Amino acid sequence: MNHSISLTVNGARREFVLDDPRVTLLDLLRERLHLTGTKKGCDRGQCGACTILVDGKRINSCLALAISHEGADIVTIEGVARSDQLHPVQAAFIAHDGFQCGFCTPGQIMSAIGMMREAQAGSDPERIRECMSGNLCRCGAYAGIVDAVLEAQAGMDESNQRRSA
Amino acid sequence: MKPFDYVRPATVAEAVAAAAQPGASYLAAGTNLLDLMKGGVSRPDRLVDLTHLEGLDAIDRLADGGLRIGALVSNADLAHDAAFAKSYPAVAEALLSGASAQLRNAATVGGNLLQRTRCAYFYDTASRCNKREAGSGCDARGGENRTQAVLGWSANCIATHPSDFCVPLVALDAIVEIEGKNGRREIALDELHRLPGDTPERDSALEPGDLIVAVRLPPAARGFAAHARYLKVRERTSYAFAVVSAAAALRIENGKIYEARLALGGVAAKPWRARAAEDVLRGVAPTADAFQEVAWRALTDAKPSGDNAFKIELARRIVVRALTLAAAGTPARMPALPASPFASTSGAIHA
Repeated sequence: MNHSISLTVNGARREFVLDDPRVTLLDLLRERLHLTGTKKGCDRGQCGACTILVDGKRINSCLALAISHEGADIVTIEGVARSDQLHPVQAAFIAHDGFQCGFCTPGQIMSAIGMMREAQAGSDPERIRECMSGNLCRCGAYAGIVDAVLEAQAGMDESNQRRSA
Repeated sequence: MKPFDYVRPATVAEAVAAAAQPGASYLAAGTNLLDLMKGGVSRPDRLVDLTHLEGLDAIDRLADGGLRIGALVSNADLAHDAAFAKSYPAVAEALLSGASAQLRNAATVGGNLLQRTRCAYFYDTASRCNKREAGSGCDARGGENRTQAVLGWSANCIATHPSDFCVPLVALDAIVEIEGKNGRREIALDELHRLPGDTPERDSALEPGDLIVAVRLPPAARGFAAHARYLKVRERTSYAFAVVSAAAALRIENGKIYEARLALGGVAAKPWRARAAEDVLRGVAPTADAFQEVAWRALTDAKPSGDNAFKIELARRIVVRALTLAAAGTPARMPALPASPFASTSGAIHA
């Protein structure tokens, strides 16, 4: 049986016909929309490489059935930059060498963006490590990742202060 | 993954009818179920998607002082609800010590209760497992079994229930509201999960079609907010299941314990309420000696099911530590590393 669903992906409304309900959000993004920035690492919810924002919250797209997310608002790594201006978290990852091979990086960045929205870590490196524990980096670039998140958080705090001043 | 039919019911009654059929399974977030389906461990013919049902995602303060948590509330939304965390701090700490932020954002209250064991032999379809396939045998018994059960296990199954959330919930006498073919009923959380006995394939007391619609905390559960902790020993500090864990909650007045609650995680096929051990603390001062006595009482019936005798001593020590920290008072803020006995900020007094 075919199932029709509509999703908003990086700001654009998209309609899909699914001929099989087994399609995950991860596979839909990669195979149907060719948004291959979202990575398939373990495909079992353990590595975080597939992290995306669904309705503003970070989740593992490998463990989410597309058919169950009718009407959801999805943001992937392809949707965070503004034309040629990188998202502050992307820029901070470059500035602090927050990666080596780069495979986990889209998931790390989406997770960091989600974490900053959750406002549960602030500028405490211990809290950042705890709140980013769902993203594995087999190259071991964790030190740079924490530094990048700290810088991005500081930039966000500063711009929030400017706005409220 | 085996093909399945997808059903999206419009009402709870439709959901129950659709899921009462053989081979049907409910789908909430799917963070455990999809993993099991990808591995061929769970092979449902039909998924009944609950995520679009109305009215299952609210946290309601009840007139009698209790709290009702809808089955579709996410683990993260519940843990980060400020009023909830203030009233039930050990429950919030347990939630935040489980899984990863991504999984907590998706995973639901009902799904957490019904998650399956993480026993490696249950997951490995090439191994014999009585829980996955009734009567096939148990390769965990002679296998790598250092994290398996030390309480309530049987010759047929030595798996543990992996939930953190359920441990303080069972300590606080949580109640599970169930909608079934014959209408609404409720049972104590302590009655939901089953010990394996001769039928380890049945995890819970639920019948086909039964749907958990809410978890309720009775009014008395709020009385422990000032002295409550959840502690969890893991193979690593974050994003790991408990080797052993303990929820301790005390009501202390005038230097004496009026009431104590204690439950253990990672030790049995269910969250393990240690009622007989709680009685040790009635009317006594919160001292190290009393807590040692509680720990011995709580593990009296414990037996290794393999290379896991160390878990019994570890459980005793985590009980003493959890009680010691609970007696010292619930921290004003959630610890930076929730439930970690090794956290630099936990203020631990080493027992």
